[in-house]
Amino acid sequence: MAVCSVTRGVAGLLVNGLLLGAAMVTIAPLAWMVSVSLMSPGDATMVPPALLPRRTTFGNYAELFARAGMGRSVLNSVVLTAAVTLVSLLFNVAAGYAFAKLRFAGRDRIFKLLLGALVIPAQVAMVPLFLMLKQLGLVNSYGGVIVPAMASIFGIFLVRQYALTIPDDLLEAARIDGASEFRIFRSVVVPVLTPIIVTLAVFTSLGTWNDFMWPLIVLNDRELYTLPVALASLSREHVQDTELMMAGSVLTTLPVLLVFLLLQRFYMQGLMLGSVKE
Amino acid sequence: MRARVAAWCFVAPALFVIGVFFFVPVLAALAMSLTDFDIYALADVRNLRLVGLGNYVQLLRTPLFWQAFGNTLYFVVVGVPLSIVVSFGAALLLHSPLVRFRGVFRTALFAPVVTTLVAVAVIWRYLFNPDYGLLNYALDGVGIPRVDWLGDPHWAMPAIILFAVWKNFGYNMIIFLAGLQSIPPPLYEAARVDGASAWRQFRHITLPMLAPIVAMVNVLTIAGYFQLFAEPYVMTQGGPLQSTVSVLYFMYEEGFKWWNLGSASAVAFLLFLFIFGVTALQLRLTRWQYAP
Repeated sequence: MAVCSVTRGVAGLLVNGLLLGAAMVTIAPLAWMVSVSLMSPGDATMVPPALLPRRTTFGNYAELFARAGMGRSVLNSVVLTAAVTLVSLLFNVAAGYAFAKLRFAGRDRIFKLLLGALVIPAQVAMVPLFLMLKQLGLVNSYGGVIVPAMASIFGIFLVRQYALTIPDDLLEAARIDGASEFRIFRSVVVPVLTPIIVTLAVFTSLGTWNDFMWPLIVLNDRELYTLPVALASLSREHVQDTELMMAGSVLTTLPVLLVFLLLQRFYMQGLMLGSVKE
Repeated sequence: MRARVAAWCFVAPALFVIGVFFFVPVLAALAMSLTDFDIYALADVRNLRLVGLGNYVQLLRTPLFWQAFGNTLYFVVVGVPLSIVVSFGAALLLHSPLVRFRGVFRTALFAPVVTTLVAVAVIWRYLFNPDYGLLNYALDGVGIPRVDWLGDPHWAMPAIILFAVWKNFGYNMIIFLAGLQSIPPPLYEAARVDGASAWRQFRHITLPMLAPIVAMVNVLTIAGYFQLFAEPYVMTQGGPLQSTVSVLYFMYEEGFKWWNLGSASAVAFLLFLFIFGVTALQLRLTRWQYAP
């Protein structure tokens, strides 16, 4: 028994020690980013490199807003993320609910087609989409980012999986009371779907905020760059300015980390639901 | 009848968006890949000519395309197994009953997944710096010679793989963890009663129970890793000596730098066909494996 508890103790130490090591590896680059963003220019590239700022300064952040025009990018990212999230939420939730609970001609065949299309990488559509949006005058505007993102197969799928669990009796009862389908959607369905709506909102907003390739293609003016595009462009010009670049990275990634920390439960739930096969 | 009309009102907006801005462009990409759509056609569509499979033939004769394909394959073949093994190991550790502060560790290990790819790629570019990057200082500490991570054509792709594993392993870790938690405890209890060692329990209960999840994760991760783009764009710009040009990076330059849009569409389609083939093959193998 004593031997057993000793080996258990050693095993516990090993497991927790390994996890601590792994957590340090995942967190250290992020901690280093924050620390360097508060250093005076040049401090991060001394030999040996400093890990903590000798004197904490917010000068890099001031520089980002004053000279690099990152304030405008913050605004672009916030506006685009909010717009895409709101519109796509409305469209995806309505469609996901209809695919789960309403009857219409070809429902199952259309849904199968959508699921099948999940294997097509988004990049396949990018070149013609660019030309199409150019014709519509949406290239180099907020619309170019928002319009193609107004609905997503993944979002519809996520909502449908959850909406399948709504009892039909609940909807029938409302119908017998003479409520219209829209009213039922608003006052019965949406409240029941709230958890998955929050989950999808978190997924969509983080995905839109972090998205890189499409905004890079469709936005040409510096004035319209989202944070990741602005950061990538800044990093090509200011390779030597480690401290400035780290301030830019903090500005870009801290908001999503905070949203994740606050709404982690919903995020993880979506990850599970989204990866469950039919 | 009214219910049917309402149903269409619910699905129509989403189907319209997905139809017009996804299905139509995908079909258009196929059509465009058969044309010589370039900067002249962009100025005036009358300059457009049908070239049949010309773009595809031309691509297969372009050394840089093959290099991009090879680089991407390298990234997938080394990166995916590494990523999955790390995810699996981390999930096993988190699942252990001996863990303290499980929630904290889970969040910490998952954090890189939600970060902005461009921002963390910028961080890692500095960590990989040969002169003052922390990674080389760590190597100094254990007496291993320094590496010119992103400057040496032999090391640039491994460096990107290292970064990608750091960024992505948390995602599959959570899926594996859920899989581990769904294995019924009585299975292990019965095995213990029969005197099975921890290793044998792992080998004969954990692994077989998780096999379907591993197969699914494998398919999704491979498809995702084939879409390598932002990492080389931010960290190496495809260099050094084009050792990190990926298929999508090649497509981006072909399409949006040189405006060879017909050729870029062909690249996208080739990538899609290849991913599709690999996925189908894996599903076939998995099914064959589970066939009685």
